[in-house]
Amino acid sequence: MAQQKATASREIGSQVNLPLSKAIEISFNSVKIRFGRSLITVSGIVLAIAFLMSIWTNTAIIDSLKRSNDPTINLKLQQKGIDIDPDSAASSQERSKNTWLIVLSLLVCLVGITNAMLMSVTERFREIGTMKCMGALDGFIIKIFLLESSFMGTAGTIIGVIVGFSLTMLLDTISYGSQLYQYVPWVGIVQFGLMAIVIGSFLSLTGGILPAYRAAKMEPVDAMRLEV
Amino acid sequence: MAVVRTQDIKKIYEMGDVTVEALKGVDLEVEVGEYISIMGPSGSGKSTLFNMIGGLDKPTSGKVYIDDVDVAQLDAYELAWLRCRKIGYIFQSFNLIPVMTALENVTLPMVFAGLTSDEARDKGVILLGKVGLGERISHKPYELSGGQQQRVAVARAFANDPAIILADEPTGNLDLVTGTEIIELLRQMNKEYGATVISATHDHKMLSVSDRVVWVRDGVVDRIVNREDLNIRVGTIDGSA
Repeated sequence: MAQQKATASREIGSQVNLPLSKAIEISFNSVKIRFGRSLITVSGIVLAIAFLMSIWTNTAIIDSLKRSNDPTINLKLQQKGIDIDPDSAASSQERSKNTWLIVLSLLVCLVGITNAMLMSVTERFREIGTMKCMGALDGFIIKIFLLESSFMGTAGTIIGVIVGFSLTMLLDTISYGSQLYQYVPWVGIVQFGLMAIVIGSFLSLTGGILPAYRAAKMEPVDAMRLEV
Repeated sequence: MAVVRTQDIKKIYEMGDVTVEALKGVDLEVEVGEYISIMGPSGSGKSTLFNMIGGLDKPTSGKVYIDDVDVAQLDAYELAWLRCRKIGYIFQSFNLIPVMTALENVTLPMVFAGLTSDEARDKGVILLGKVGLGERISHKPYELSGGQQQRVAVARAFANDPAIILADEPTGNLDLVTGTEIIELLRQMNKEYGATVISATHDHKMLSVSDRVVWVRDGVVDRIVNREDLNIRVGTIDGSA
């Protein structure tokens, strides 16, 4: 009897998969605990997305104002040095300048967000190694970081869209007065907002998951030894 | 009954064009309940051997058996189970999760083992009491001294009642007095819980509590000394120094 018990305790079991709720709890706490650090990561995302969103919004509003052919607005546009004739050389030059600005802001997003997420994960390689030593499954670690990245990514992107949009609206209202509101292309702006959210979430997820995946797949000693 | 057995393990690191043979075939048997120290200068391969025993790294060739099970044959789930319940780890640099309190650090392995939060908390409080930190359970690592952090790590290592405790230079970052305290704590836990303690160290304070000392040099086991024979040797070292 005693011998039987001894053999049973010597068998190797299989680690249980923890429920998703536990992963959500751990990752949420993790974001909350390092609030200061999370805030810096999130503000990186906010800035990048706000820049993109403000460029998009502003371009859309100016386009729509030009099309409106409202005499008072035309005057204000000309005062700002914007050519109202869509066929003029100055106009096409401006269009290519705008395209360049949008490409630039997309690049800022790409670099800014992936950098913020990469840093916030790679500085925790030692922690990932330790968690593996404590018996965490690779999948569980990846799940935690997936959730953390999506918390921060979604929050950052949504705040970024709101900040970028509001600031642009504020500045344009100062420039063109309140009659601007009848010409705001709401549908287009909402579409841009959704696109920005998709881009921001996608970038923050990939930026966060790739290093976490790499660390989770390593042997624990290698993950702990890695100095970043 | 051997709880850990290694069979001719070799580890070769390839760094660019240079290959370094860190272990050149090590055979070792560790008995249940033993307190064993692996000693050797840095670069001798003792840390590498230690990592192999703990299933933290894979040998290039040779086999490691824990409870007569070949570690290389285990899948990811079984390996995680082994690390979670069979082995408790203690590191030179403590490796506590910096944002978690002492209690949360101790309960983390229990969470991975599937305990409920309440069970884990109760057990964690008891363990922290045993290592003498009953009053500081809600302190973060940076609010604790090095010795206290290592005590938290000891409590964490015992979280799931492991059969084996692996300590890698547990006193390496501690001063003389604190180091001695940690060694005594380990010895006391070893007796109380009956866990086998394997530690890699070059701390000579470790000698007096070890049942056996394995000397590693240049990737091979140089000699294995039992405690009875050890006291005399320590005497001669002290005498000649």
